[in-house]
Amino acid sequence: MRDAHGLRQSILAGERTVLDVARATLASIDERADLNAFLPVEAEPILERARELDESLARGAAEPGALFGVPVALKANLAYEGRELTCGSRILSGYRPPYTSTVVQRLLDAGALPIATTNMDEFAMGSSGENSAFAPTLNPWARDYTPGGSSSGSAASVSAGIVPLALGSDTGGSVRQPAALCGVTGFKPTFGRVSRYGLVAFGSSLDQVSPFANSVRDAELIANCISGADPMDSTCLEHAPIQPVERANLKGLRIGLPAEAFGDGLDASVRQKVEAAIEALCELGAERVPISLPHSEHAVATYYVVATAEASSNLARFDGVRFGARQEGDGSLAGMMGATRADGFGDEVKRRILLGTHVLSSGYYEAWYGRAQRVRRLIHDDYRRAFESCDVVICPTSPTPAFRLGERKADPVAMYLSDVLTVPASLAGLPALSIPCGTVSSDSGDANLPVGLQWIGPALGDESLLAAAKAFQSNTDFHLATPPLRREQAGA
Amino acid sequence: MTRVISKQSGQTWFPVIGLEVHCQLRTRTKLFCGCANEFGAEPNTQVCPVCSGQPGALPVMNSRALELALRAAVALDCDVAPWSKFDRKNYFYCDLPKGYQISQFDRPYCTGGGIELASGKRIALTRIHLEDDAGKAIHDRGPDTLVDLNRAGIPLIESVTEPDLTNADEAFEYLTRLKEIFQYIGASDCDMEKGSLRCDVNISVRLEGEELRTKVELKNLNSFRNVKAAIDYEIQRQIEAWENPDETAHPVQETRLYDTNRGVTRTMRAKEDAHDYRYFPDPDLPELHVSAEQLERIRRELPELPAARRARYAEQFELSEYDASVLASEREVADYFELAVRGSGRAKETANWITNELLSARNERGPETKLEELGVSAEALAEMIELIAAGTLSKSAGRKVLAAMIETGKRAGVLVVELGLEQVQDTGQLEEWCRAALVGQDKAIADIRDGQQKAIGALIGQVMKASAGKADPAKAREILLRFVQEHG
Repeated sequence: MRDAHGLRQSILAGERTVLDVARATLASIDERADLNAFLPVEAEPILERARELDESLARGAAEPGALFGVPVALKANLAYEGRELTCGSRILSGYRPPYTSTVVQRLLDAGALPIATTNMDEFAMGSSGENSAFAPTLNPWARDYTPGGSSSGSAASVSAGIVPLALGSDTGGSVRQPAALCGVTGFKPTFGRVSRYGLVAFGSSLDQVSPFANSVRDAELIANCISGADPMDSTCLEHAPIQPVERANLKGLRIGLPAEAFGDGLDASVRQKVEAAIEALCELGAERVPISLPHSEHAVATYYVVATAEASSNLARFDGVRFGARQEGDGSLAGMMGATRADGFGDEVKRRILLGTHVLSSGYYEAWYGRAQRVRRLIHDDYRRAFESCDVVICPTSPTPAFRLGERKADPVAMYLSDVLTVPASLAGLPALSIPCGTVSSDSGDANLPVGLQWIGPALGDESLLAAAKAFQSNTDFHLATPPLRREQAGA
Repeated sequence: MTRVISKQSGQTWFPVIGLEVHCQLRTRTKLFCGCANEFGAEPNTQVCPVCSGQPGALPVMNSRALELALRAAVALDCDVAPWSKFDRKNYFYCDLPKGYQISQFDRPYCTGGGIELASGKRIALTRIHLEDDAGKAIHDRGPDTLVDLNRAGIPLIESVTEPDLTNADEAFEYLTRLKEIFQYIGASDCDMEKGSLRCDVNISVRLEGEELRTKVELKNLNSFRNVKAAIDYEIQRQIEAWENPDETAHPVQETRLYDTNRGVTRTMRAKEDAHDYRYFPDPDLPELHVSAEQLERIRRELPELPAARRARYAEQFELSEYDASVLASEREVADYFELAVRGSGRAKETANWITNELLSARNERGPETKLEELGVSAEALAEMIELIAAGTLSKSAGRKVLAAMIETGKRAGVLVVELGLEQVQDTGQLEEWCRAALVGQDKAIADIRDGQQKAIGALIGQVMKASAGKADPAKAREILLRFVQEHG
């Protein structure tokens, strides 16, 4: 199941029921259990929802929603009332939220079939999925490789064709980077166009609920459903939902190519695929505009100060008092909280809480957090200037294709550099998407690995960004490539 | 400036005191969610995903809280910032669901302002900021600590004074004035028993000409009386400590709790245990903007404040300072008084009936009672006062009528007839009572003739008794005097 539009049509045409779709999805989840893309899925509520949808269709109750009957996998940091919400962490095991996030409610309102939940790096902290407290998610293209992260399970589930759509969250690239590594489309809207209410916070000023799909057109469909003002989130913009806009061709599209994104750190095979895609863009009428984003070299450092500072505060509520796991420790309050957090959080989460606590500490605040906020402003201004001469910024999503499981786990800085090309747009709050632009052979020649092409638009330019990327996909077939089936893979 | 002479050394010490007062705003709902802001509900029944700190929930500012906070700022003559922001104050405690309090750090919504004491001394405010309250940890019900989150998220304004206070009485008066004003403008109940007003004290002592010495923070002050007692105790304690030749016994920067039972303060935590709150701007909330128009509207809609009313009552109605003060200290009472005066046209009498009769009747029903609950409208009181002025009702009968008005809710005119309390002005009837009163009172009669006018009082009393309070005492007096003269 790869096409959300088509799936909805076939249900409305009576070719299959939502219950058929639900059963097939659950079977597919089981069949691809090897990927660890999903955390334990409770089948009965999904089947129940499917039956209700079928009944409502039979009754002819209301106009079927835009996502009628379409399974949408949910990252394990999106609240869905009564469904276990672990954030990939032991500290939340058994936690079932008493409320539903705005985005999941909007999926329900659109007739979708939400599937809870997909595997992820613990609290969305990671770029490989290996920080999940449960199991690392595997890349459907090559199971020795990571799918990227932190929305690892959502990316893998769409890539493997288990679901046509999935929601993730993108803080510094957590949707775009795994989309690139898994060969699917990942779209991060402008910060504030999608409500964060019910998204478990990591870096609040950066977090954005973002969809995965197999085409820009499907990503746009779900973005339209989940975006728009929300009275429950005061950082959510008053703007109308993201509207589908069509663009006949790419003639005259000015594509800004930032010199900084094509520097030494870029893998040669990735560079070649990206440049070929840019060539294809130009053949379709786009024009190259060399641009410079001079402060982007500081983006990763800035990002890891801002995001960890916010995280250190956001994760304070996991204290064992009200929900989730609790360890009694020495029996005192401080002892209980300390023991609960020591036991419940994994190493990467602890590392980031420590970093974030440090950068906000009295005496260090100005040098770290204060300075990072100023650099963030400079990065924002870089883009503002760049968009005076171009319509869209084009660059690779990730400097390398998927890397092997375990390859970067021991080296946090190498792992953090996986985000070097995605964090600038996050810091600037800009809309950005990653679409496939071909595959390259892995170093050892044992697998074909997808490469992602990143498109970054000006603030609130979500519609024209999607329109341009749709026009590109309607003239190319990179996005139609699918990973090998399970039985075809080595070692399967 | 208050001086305190050390009993031990005879040195003169000067206390330096500042107050930090938290007041819960009287909104219908909490600061960042729709839960009820109500005291006394079953524990943990006024909670939602937001105020219980569920993962993923987000705060949304209650604009009513800002409105009330702005009223407070305008009433205290503060400078309201055109924009301010919320910051997170991070610390761990079981009653703090989010692991941080949403407060205002370096850009509070207002600065400056102050309150003038009766002496004319002005206590300046440093700032007021908005923040959300924590829940309540209950430690005295068995071995476990219980947590009630009903209070978590209730809007607070914290007002911080400059160290302008020099003694406990000033602190007491400052708090009284602050409470009056906040109650007047409907910003807060300021009820310490319910925790809707909480006060911390910063206090140090110094010698003449010195810079400030080490300050101590006092907490756990649950009544204005305790604030006063704790300050008095702490001044003495610090003086004694400074005068101790052993330097290790000198005061240290710390937080001390007031022990209500023993009347002493004791160490709660030392400075080295102080938290690093790691304040930073809350990324979940937009900046707070206040327009000049909004501020102007609030200024326009603000009621006349107690100090202004007090002055006006003394001036316009020629009331005593005491009466003016009692009437003006509560807005309901003041409004009632003014309405009643409008009806009766008699300020002094109206003031007396309210302060002597109505307020005592109200206070008998308990501290919570409102004047309106007595069921006597200002118009009804004015009517009664007019009946007395017209001579229809004697003052003493008036007391009975007012009691009956409270009891039955009926108007004075009706009750006078029902109770048969209409003042008797009929000369024949009055003469009869007066004649009877004089029987066997030869001594009194002689005294009056000798010019001892006070003996007449007892005789009038007799007439009033015989008439069951219905006789017009002024007329009775005239007749009695005539009879005494005629008697000879």
